[in-house]
Amino acid sequence: MDFNDTPEQAKFRATCREWLEANAQLKADKVHMNVESSLESHLKTAKEWQQKKYDAGWAMLHWPKEFGGIEASPIERIIWGQEEAKFNVPGGIFEIGLGMCGPVMMQYSTEEQKNRYLAPMAQGKEIWCQLFSEPAAGSDVAGLRSKAEKDGDDWIINGQKVWTSGAHYSDFGILVVRHDPDLAKHKGLTFFFVDMKSPGITVKPIKQITGQSGSGSGFNEVYFDDVRIPDSQRLGEIGDGWKVAITTLMNERLAVGDARGSDIEEALTLSKTKDDAGEALIKNDAVRERLADWFCEANGLKYTKFRTISALSKGEAPGPEASITKIVSANKLQSIGNFGIDSGDMAGMLIDDDNGMSSFQGAWLGAPGLRIAGGTDEILRNVIAERVLGLPQDPRADKGLAFKDIPTKA
Amino acid sequence: MNLDFSDDQKYLQEEARKFFEKEGGLGNARNVMDQSQDADHELWNKIVELGWTAIRVPEAYEGLGLGHLELCVVAEELGRSLAPVPFASSVYFFTEALIKYASEDTKKELLPKLVAGEVVGTYGIAEDSHQATEANIQLNASADQLNGTKIAVPDAGIASHMIVIAKSSQGIELRLVNLQDSSITITPQKNIDTSKSFYKVEFNNTPSTLLGQPGEGWNYIQHLLDQAAILFAFEQVGGSQAALDMAKAYSLERFAFGRQIGSYQAIKHKLADMYIAITLAKSNCYYGAWALSSESSELSLAAATARVSATKAFQLCSKENIQTHGGNGFTWEYDCHLFYKRSKVLSVLLGSEATWKEKLVQNLEKTNTLVKE
Repeated sequence: MDFNDTPEQAKFRATCREWLEANAQLKADKVHMNVESSLESHLKTAKEWQQKKYDAGWAMLHWPKEFGGIEASPIERIIWGQEEAKFNVPGGIFEIGLGMCGPVMMQYSTEEQKNRYLAPMAQGKEIWCQLFSEPAAGSDVAGLRSKAEKDGDDWIINGQKVWTSGAHYSDFGILVVRHDPDLAKHKGLTFFFVDMKSPGITVKPIKQITGQSGSGSGFNEVYFDDVRIPDSQRLGEIGDGWKVAITTLMNERLAVGDARGSDIEEALTLSKTKDDAGEALIKNDAVRERLADWFCEANGLKYTKFRTISALSKGEAPGPEASITKIVSANKLQSIGNFGIDSGDMAGMLIDDDNGMSSFQGAWLGAPGLRIAGGTDEILRNVIAERVLGLPQDPRADKGLAFKDIPTKA
Repeated sequence: MNLDFSDDQKYLQEEARKFFEKEGGLGNARNVMDQSQDADHELWNKIVELGWTAIRVPEAYEGLGLGHLELCVVAEELGRSLAPVPFASSVYFFTEALIKYASEDTKKELLPKLVAGEVVGTYGIAEDSHQATEANIQLNASADQLNGTKIAVPDAGIASHMIVIAKSSQGIELRLVNLQDSSITITPQKNIDTSKSFYKVEFNNTPSTLLGQPGEGWNYIQHLLDQAAILFAFEQVGGSQAALDMAKAYSLERFAFGRQIGSYQAIKHKLADMYIAITLAKSNCYYGAWALSSESSELSLAAATARVSATKAFQLCSKENIQTHGGNGFTWEYDCHLFYKRSKVLSVLLGSEATWKEKLVQNLEKTNTLVKE
């Protein structure tokens, strides 16, 4: 047992490092990119950085060589990610395109479309988003009801999508809609890609409980009002929408990792530095007990990740351990946020940049969203129970029904 | 990055698992319980024949000279099968204490016999219903003679020797005792898990041998406890996994309201939570195994983390296994109670969860250990 790179991994890391050092600034401690300052300037720097990476071959490591990737192994992607994260570079704009939309286009679009769209996606010239969730279709996303009706060589799309990250600055999106409500839920879906500048598309930012909206939250509602999509932009057969969507969601599961924000370090620092009635918080037995619990969780997640990396490193498929990461980290974040606010007593609720509360308030306000995004705690427990432990699915009340006959209210 | 056991170690684990299954699995713990035995002597003899008592003993003393990682994988299987043998007492504690702190003569005399099973060791720490501390140890050592009492001593019925912590004019000492000495009175103590045996051991002018340096005993025992905590944590993870497997199997075969109970989210989410607890504990155990095998300065933190995490996992899994079984889980006939009782005994045997949480936080106070990479 050791935590060292193999000689090949060390060599790859050094190559990553060398290029990053020549092209970017190392992060100073605890400096975070401020995405909210100006969306335009953030997009501009992000696009420039992406193009730079593309020119040097670092843009989409895992993509096939024919589309400009280097067919990197999972462990090489991890190493690149670890090294890039040490540098002060913009992120968060292209992940959905490169992680989810690109692979779907590679698998299902025509040669001509691949040639037209994949390179600009990888170069950061065009940004992509994913249009799946709907107001009435969250965990049960196959229950979506946005309509596609055939009209000559086109499809006419009507309906609403929700929680679409980056829709307000995206050029294209992948979209799943219902072409036939007379078919069963999963059978009546068809998959497209769409130009986000098409007439009839309206993007509205969602104001979330943190008070952030637009460039702050990055989430949007997207309305489709008689939007025309040519049949040539259909991905997969008519009725194969669910199959295509599942491929994409598998990629999302890999992308959603830890909940970022206040963790055991912040809780520990606060406990050591803040006092209650003249005594450091860490002297309080109730605080000590909670610190121990959080440390066991944080450390357990850290070494769970190391186990996964170790398997990848040996060319083995990782076990299902990583399926616990989001549940544990999002709940821990909520609990630590709560602790931080409580530590300020009555002042804990006050918004004041100087009282040391803001990161805990941010954690507490953001955590409810993280417990839902990318699979709710409940859906993830189902996933563990069904896919890891092999327990049966719940019986489904909508099984065998035509979509239009599925009950939607009491 | 290689946070994993080697192929040889995995093979050893596989062999250990097959061995316990072949030898009767949980039936051995049940027999000891039902027949009020002190241990399964036959199973223990077979373990000695397999050479597991030799794992850590250096080759110079007729052992195999292997590392702690081999013990970790065997420990997980001992935990899975709830094997009623003095392995933890004799191997994790007694043998380690001799390897680390005994004189050359003592090693030459006892280590080969430990390998051969002619000597079985155990340890005595507690004296009453308080956490043992440097200040409250009463067992008195003067002129190499011991006077006083240890309680909750595991396996003293089958053991021939033990180590104790005692107080002398020079401070706390670690001492070696031959349990066959006529000055010693050994009395069985009833306990909640009768697949294990515990004893009160009274010393009356009992001859003893100092291990290591006088006054260093408290440090020695802390180190031994840290090492043992990691191995116990592997046992606890093994037991947790077995309890989850049992709950899962039952949830698939038991029907209620016309469907498998394992298809209800109430049961699925319960079992998912057990899986989460086991995964965290197992990863913390791997961290512990690394710290143990690399003699890391993080050993104490790693031990406390693995210990707390595994204690929580085993207690959760064993109680929710009963719950999943409903009324059947509360019968003597079903095996659920074996895990429930063992999880409680293991959770207090090296000191309570609260004690280890306190140890964990003391480590956090001292260091600036960061979790993030």
